[in-house]
Amino acid sequence: MLVCIDPAHVPGQDDGAPDVEDWAHEMDSRGIRLMGNRTRPGSDATSVRVRDRAVLLTDGPYAETKDLMAGFDVLECADLDEAVEVASKHPMAWAGVIELRPFWPDDEE
Amino acid sequence: MTPVPRTTFDLVAAVHADGWGRVLARMIRFTGGDWELAEDCAQDAFTAALQRWPTDGVPDRPLAWLTTTARNRAVDRMRRAATETTKLRTVAATEREPAPSAAAGSVPDERLELMFTCCHPALALDRQVALILRCLAGLSTAEIARAFLVPERTMEQRLFRAKQRIAHAAVPFRVPPPHLLPQRVPAVLQVLYLVFNQGYGDPARAVLCAEAVRWARVLAGLLPDEPEAEGLLALLLLHEARRPARLEPTGDLVTLVQQDRSRWDRAMIDEGAAICERALRRGRAGPFQLQAAIAACHATAPTSDATDWPQIAGLYAQLSRVMPTDVVELNRAVAIGMAEGPTSALARVDAIAASGRIDGYYLLHATRADLLRRLGRGSQAAHCYRRAAELAPTAAERRFLLARLGDCAIGDDPASLDLTSTSTPGR
Repeated sequence: MLVCIDPAHVPGQDDGAPDVEDWAHEMDSRGIRLMGNRTRPGSDATSVRVRDRAVLLTDGPYAETKDLMAGFDVLECADLDEAVEVASKHPMAWAGVIELRPFWPDDEE
Repeated sequence: MTPVPRTTFDLVAAVHADGWGRVLARMIRFTGGDWELAEDCAQDAFTAALQRWPTDGVPDRPLAWLTTTARNRAVDRMRRAATETTKLRTVAATEREPAPSAAAGSVPDERLELMFTCCHPALALDRQVALILRCLAGLSTAEIARAFLVPERTMEQRLFRAKQRIAHAAVPFRVPPPHLLPQRVPAVLQVLYLVFNQGYGDPARAVLCAEAVRWARVLAGLLPDEPEAEGLLALLLLHEARRPARLEPTGDLVTLVQQDRSRWDRAMIDEGAAICERALRRGRAGPFQLQAAIAACHATAPTSDATDWPQIAGLYAQLSRVMPTDVVELNRAVAIGMAEGPTSALARVDAIAASGRIDGYYLLHATRADLLRRLGRGSQAAHCYRRAAELAPTAAERRFLLARLGDCAIGDDPASLDLTSTSTPGR
């Protein structure tokens, strides 16, 4: 689950948004949230490439895009409906946007 | 099976029409959610029925036979695919689950699971529609492609991606739990309504209307506590009943005023009106019930002059409370125009037009044109008719509007344009 900023968000629609600590506590105790954290912004990112066996570093994000990702959580959910329920309770679903991405299973090409 | 079909082929076709979705749903469960494999095996089972029933005789329980045949086929294929051990494990687990017993009395119909899954809001709307027609209604990919005027290859891809999306995103195959139903039922109703609308304007696509009515009926039967499901069924019946009178043999649109009411299907109208009344008596009026009530007012009026416009205007006022959209406001203005005259209606339409939100909607301009014409403002009316014709989605509607433009120049046509109620209702 990627916790993202929504540039189109209009303040005022997120009244009554849940608290992030409550959210983390609930999802941890339900065994759904395996780990998660806020991430520092793209200005603190380091991009790593290996080209011709040489490690190349760039100060900053890999693409000049708007800084969208603010954090992530790793969830273990029974199905999409459960993941949607979990995401919709996160305060950043109210004030930003949550992107859910399934893991690519090991046994699949 | 009550009616005795003439040939085994007819019987297989009849079982297919009714049972395809059920066999497929059972197979999706059986394969642990492998839609592709489930569909292949269900298809194989129907093919086997065509080959074997003429010689072996028709089994007592055709659906059970088809399901068993499809399951055997699935087990064979999974065994052959040695790498798919995980799936075999899923199957083994599924087999241990207690079979839903008919004695329980409230056996959930597996088609309901199929409907809710096909209409999951995580799927794009065009995918939902394609899935419903393929998986539930059992139309072939070619038929669906024809109905949506896209190449067969495009529809094949769309269906493939939709099934892939269900698998990858882990869309659950189930009827949503009660707390999710208030959001999910409207989504299913909306998809069936969309299917109907896609078929309504074009006789070549009438199969979509028939399928939408059929599945709205099944859904209303399966969700007896949902008055909106009855509302949708009533609405579709009331529109379907009038379809034969809507188009000239040339394909031109006939307005409600000019339609030959003897060509309306009375039995269907009576059924739709009765279902609508029954639903409304539950006291939980929703958008579909109210639209059905409006359609019933039109359909039960003996002549167009006898239409109860004040009641229709009142129903639109109610509808605009539960469905506050510009299109509903526009229809409400049309009804007010008929009940009270064009002046107050034009003020409402002008207000909608001023917002600019539905400027690309041809009926906004057509409605304005009509009111202006009735007020004797011919050149303004002509301008609006032209704009409406530019935006009209079908050739028949374009021809109709251009003909109106001609009337406008003459300026003495007393018949009112109630295009909104002859066309597909409030989107």
